[in-house]
Amino acid sequence: MAKITLVEAINLALAHELAHDPAVVLLGEDIGPNGGVFRSTVGLQERFGEDRVLDTPLAESMIAGLAIGMAAMGLKPVAEIQFSGFIYPTVDQMINHAGRLRTRTRGRLSVPMVLRTPSGAGIHAPEHHSESNEALFAHMPGVRVVTPSSPRRAYGLLLAAIRDPDPVVFFEPTRLYRLHKQEVEDDGEALPLDTCFVLREGRDITLVSWGAMIHETLEAARVLAETGVEAEVIDLATLSPIDYETILESVARTGRLVVVHEAPRTAGLGGEILAEVAERAGYDLAAPPIRVTGYDVVTPLFKLEHEFMPSVNRIVAAARRVLEG
Amino acid sequence: MPSIVAHFDVPLVRCLDAEGRVVGDLPPLASDTETLRTIFRAMLRVRLFDTKAVALQRTGQLGTYASCLGHEALHVGIGSALRPEDAFFPTYREYGTQLWRGVKMSEILLFWGGDERGSAFAEQPHDFPWAVPIGTQTLHASGAALAFRLRHEARVALAIIGDGGTSQGDFYEALNAAGVWSLPAVFVVANNRWAISVPLAKQTAAQTLAQKAIAAGLPGVQVDGNDLLAVRSVLDDAIERARRGHGATLVEALTYRLSDHTTADDARRYRSKEEVDRAWAEEPLVRLRRFLTERGLWTEAEEKRWTERCQEEIEEAVRAYLATGKPSPADMFDYTFATLPVGLAAQRAEALAAVEAAPHG
Repeated sequence: MAKITLVEAINLALAHELAHDPAVVLLGEDIGPNGGVFRSTVGLQERFGEDRVLDTPLAESMIAGLAIGMAAMGLKPVAEIQFSGFIYPTVDQMINHAGRLRTRTRGRLSVPMVLRTPSGAGIHAPEHHSESNEALFAHMPGVRVVTPSSPRRAYGLLLAAIRDPDPVVFFEPTRLYRLHKQEVEDDGEALPLDTCFVLREGRDITLVSWGAMIHETLEAARVLAETGVEAEVIDLATLSPIDYETILESVARTGRLVVVHEAPRTAGLGGEILAEVAERAGYDLAAPPIRVTGYDVVTPLFKLEHEFMPSVNRIVAAARRVLEG
Repeated sequence: MPSIVAHFDVPLVRCLDAEGRVVGDLPPLASDTETLRTIFRAMLRVRLFDTKAVALQRTGQLGTYASCLGHEALHVGIGSALRPEDAFFPTYREYGTQLWRGVKMSEILLFWGGDERGSAFAEQPHDFPWAVPIGTQTLHASGAALAFRLRHEARVALAIIGDGGTSQGDFYEALNAAGVWSLPAVFVVANNRWAISVPLAKQTAAQTLAQKAIAAGLPGVQVDGNDLLAVRSVLDDAIERARRGHGATLVEALTYRLSDHTTADDARRYRSKEEVDRAWAEEPLVRLRRFLTERGLWTEAEEKRWTERCQEEIEEAVRAYLATGKPSPADMFDYTFATLPVGLAAQRAEALAAVEAAPHG
């Protein structure tokens, strides 16, 4: 089996669903002959035709709004927003309609759509191309938020997102698009949503992260292991709704918790996870938990992006503080 | 001298004047007397329903309500022009369309009575529920029309929007998409002159709203929205054009919001009695009644009988609405996702326990 990158895994999952479900339609800017600015849809229009892979006019609210109308009429649209910094015009459609339609109509209408977007910093991109804005969407009732951290999880989670009967916002970490390769079998097997993945087992401390930061977090766990500290690393994967059971079970064993995310700290998901753990398992904690996050600043242009993003050193230092606390 | 590279026209279609006199070409519908009588009955029915709904709000039996007074020809015109398999994307006062398409009076009252079950539409499977955010629904119509086109279904999506809504970006984005893909859609602007308190002159410098179609490559037509025959004439053409795969049309219907914006509004704060009196002289029921009466197709006695029948139906709907208890607090959770996530199940249990511990808050 050939090893493929995360972006190739996305392409593989999209091709699989286009081939197996006639209701699946892709729409977005430059996703046709150009194959998407990150090449995630390369070859798909050629293979499946212009009625399955649609280049849209340049308007993000329109892309989300069209997808809602299409989904409510029985299609399964997979819409692409070109960069996460361009996703804000979709917020109105996603919160006011995508997440509400099932509730408002008591299930008469539903919105089985996926809104895919590249996300995060670290690839020397221009302004508005490096934001991590998952918390905005995690605050929307009725909307799922999912992000993969490896080619295999990208394939399995995207299949699950497309097959899910409710709207899913799917953040694809641009830094991981081509970072490394993994064997991915095109078997059509979806991974479960609403479930964390334990990527590394450990008894001493629980590190929770998602998306691209999983890689710094795993590296931090390796560094900690050199001094005999065994860290458990949990990939959140579905950012809303969160699988707290896996996190609580881990914290009950380790008594120590660090949450790592690239998005700004205030009102980020790290605070949410710390609050839930404090409420439900505060007495399991041997030390105050810590967040390692992007700062509450404008995502800087790329000369400073590595100072903005949590580094392995910051994660290791935070873990040591929690271990000593 | 610069050369002219493009030239556009915006036609205005009228059939009857305010007194019901014929002032333009009549559509075939004008000689379909049974359908015309059915349409007039529907206009009268929604007028009576609307009056009752306002009265319910004034007596504390309904929440804030958006009246459709003055829009009856447009709304019933849309309802009667669409086929059942078409899809309708309303704003929040198109009861004339919705009643025609199977939405129940009791459901409309439930919605304004603060109950989502009002949008569950037992007998209308695919029309969208009310869209309050302004303009967003036009994109849903384009999306639905795109779905129809991709599946080769001979269905049409029709969205309505107000004059204020045409200032929204979503409106233009929806027209543009419909133009690019030649979608089977019809967009109707109910130009009732007032967006709550803002008059059309402060909404746009455009001479017409129909011309907003031009930038999207669509035809734009203006029609007297209080003239049922003109409304049907224009809509029949636009819907037929869409159904045949020839693309979308923007219809600007000139009408007037005779009521306050909603029952929470007091239009006397921003418009004169003289203006409203003038608008009453143009209202849609009078002219169609006169048109029918003069041709022996409608009588005062018939109107009395029909009114009584409608009043009975409305009273029955009000009884059904008032007899509908509160939804279970569990309902807040049970339709958020197709399957209840674990964390939400815990919040659901929390909510139910809180209600049980203190049933009256």
